[in-house]
Amino acid sequence: MTLPPHAPDAPVQPIFELIEVEQVFEVPKPGRPLFSRETVGLRALDGVRLSIRKGTSLAIVGESGSGKSTLLRVLLGLDKPSGGRALYRGKPIGEARARGTGFARDVAMVYQDARGSLDPRMTIGAIIAEPLRHFNIVPREGEAARIAQLLDRVGLPADAAERFPSGLSGGQVRRVAIARALASEPSVLVADEAVSGLDVSTQAQLLTLLQSLQRDMGLTLAFITHDLGVASYLCEEIAIMYLGRIVETGPTDAVLKAPVHPYSAALRAAAPQFFEPLSEPLPGEIPSPLDLPKGCRFSTRCPVAQSDCQSKDPQLGKLGSGRAVACIHPITQA
Amino acid sequence: MSIQTPEAPTTLPPTAAPDTANRSRRSVFVRRPFFTIALIVAVAYLVAAIFAPQVAPFDPVQQDFNVMMQPPTVGHLFGTDSYGQDILSRVIYGARFALIIGIFAVLIGAAGGLVIGLAAGLSGGGSEWALMRLIDAILALPSLILAVAFIAILGQGVDKVVIAVGLSMIGPFARTVRGDVLQVRVQLFIEAAQLMSIPYLRVVWRHVLPNVIFPLAVQVTIRISEAILVSSSLSFLGIGVTPPTPDWGLMIAEGRDFVSFAPWMSAMPGFALALLLIALTIVGDGIREEFDPKLRKDP
Repeated sequence: MTLPPHAPDAPVQPIFELIEVEQVFEVPKPGRPLFSRETVGLRALDGVRLSIRKGTSLAIVGESGSGKSTLLRVLLGLDKPSGGRALYRGKPIGEARARGTGFARDVAMVYQDARGSLDPRMTIGAIIAEPLRHFNIVPREGEAARIAQLLDRVGLPADAAERFPSGLSGGQVRRVAIARALASEPSVLVADEAVSGLDVSTQAQLLTLLQSLQRDMGLTLAFITHDLGVASYLCEEIAIMYLGRIVETGPTDAVLKAPVHPYSAALRAAAPQFFEPLSEPLPGEIPSPLDLPKGCRFSTRCPVAQSDCQSKDPQLGKLGSGRAVACIHPITQA
Repeated sequence: MSIQTPEAPTTLPPTAAPDTANRSRRSVFVRRPFFTIALIVAVAYLVAAIFAPQVAPFDPVQQDFNVMMQPPTVGHLFGTDSYGQDILSRVIYGARFALIIGIFAVLIGAAGGLVIGLAAGLSGGGSEWALMRLIDAILALPSLILAVAFIAILGQGVDKVVIAVGLSMIGPFARTVRGDVLQVRVQLFIEAAQLMSIPYLRVVWRHVLPNVIFPLAVQVTIRISEAILVSSSLSFLGIGVTPPTPDWGLMIAEGRDFVSFAPWMSAMPGFALALLLIALTIVGDGIREEFDPKLRKDP
């Protein structure tokens, strides 16, 4: 897998650009008295910097609770970030979404719970027809043909259009969800754990499908996952999140081969390998986002933490060759 | 990581082929004998009600003083009442009124409940609170009491009974609809539709409503019997339909004074009423269990 050729200096406008995005939720303060209204800010996203270039495929990887889904909701314009700027083609995402159907048509979403995202009372055909009609993509006469074509694209037989989601298997509903996402002819496909919880062969088929879609249609893909193997297979670039911040980004192969952030290294080491015993897991639990550690947020679990890690909060900084890391003492390869 | 797989399977699981679907539908009647019997009874009532003029041996309001208060005989299978009217004929015509009142009252209640329940479930905030307190107020009174109050305002007559009973049933319908709306509106497919920037009202129409209507339809079948019972109670109290309309509640009330020496006068319409209510309840339960959206595999 090679990186797409791109001139690093050319002023190409990224499709999505997140600049110091923060998302703070006000939640009831733990242990507050019964009638108190005290709240405390939960920093689900904290200083996220990310840009997604056109035609690229990006994997967003992180533990549960690291803010992946919150980031996704910001990207889709479902939630407005409480701080920082989230831009879509240079405009704030909320504005882009409010300005008619253009954004909704261009950015399609595949949910993790594909079955839940399909109306159980509609046939597959009706589900796929909905975006077709809403965005006026094909005239009514051509609708059936287009539905068959989309189903074929995701590897489902045309007669699936008559079925209800409840009559399809888990892998098939995900294909339907992908077909519906493709119906609006988007240029960006956002997928939340689109292959998790499936058996390995189905997973492989879906990954092959997504990869060929990305390649053939020139889609920009933002893929949320916790599976490094999936990320490395499908995505050219990777962003690793920890406690609401992106701690390392870069080309997937380079990052996974030689992780620079201790957390990326730990994630990499924790992935099960054939014929090898599991490596020592990271000590402790992910800290509560209600009570972020002082200094670097990873310092409490970091195996190579030093004294200044407790006092200074590192920001995501450039490292060269398209990579960036948020660490004061990045791992240097011997 | 290299994966060599063929492009996707092109077969669907061999479930729910048309003929298996038919077989399971047919076997409902075998699997639920009581449901089948109850359905036959309910359909028989319906047929008798529709073809009452053909089925009934006598005119229901024809008085014959020669055969007053006769016990059941071959000529008058259910006996006659104190005016010499044939009770069997009156029971058959009574089924007409019972079913008309029951069905239309429930439709009024369901329509009103749907509107209020949808509004309450979707609006949220202060207006939801106000609507729910209104529904609570309706629910605080038994539907019979409420129907009596509406009759007091509207006056007597079949149409008035339909309206009164229908209005008094809005409360329970609204509450169930609101519950379903609250459940449906947080579903992912609603968010997915909004993500496509489909206008909110269209999302409600296309996605919320169909997922609420079905459980409501099941409720309708179950509550028809309640509506019939309330309307008969109104007639029994003498404030529902007016004599000499052949209404079961009215007939039971008329026979009340003669119950010690002509028990058939009250017993026959009472029996007809009880049988219909039991049959409708079993049919409604059967439909609910058979088509419950949570238990259904493939519609």
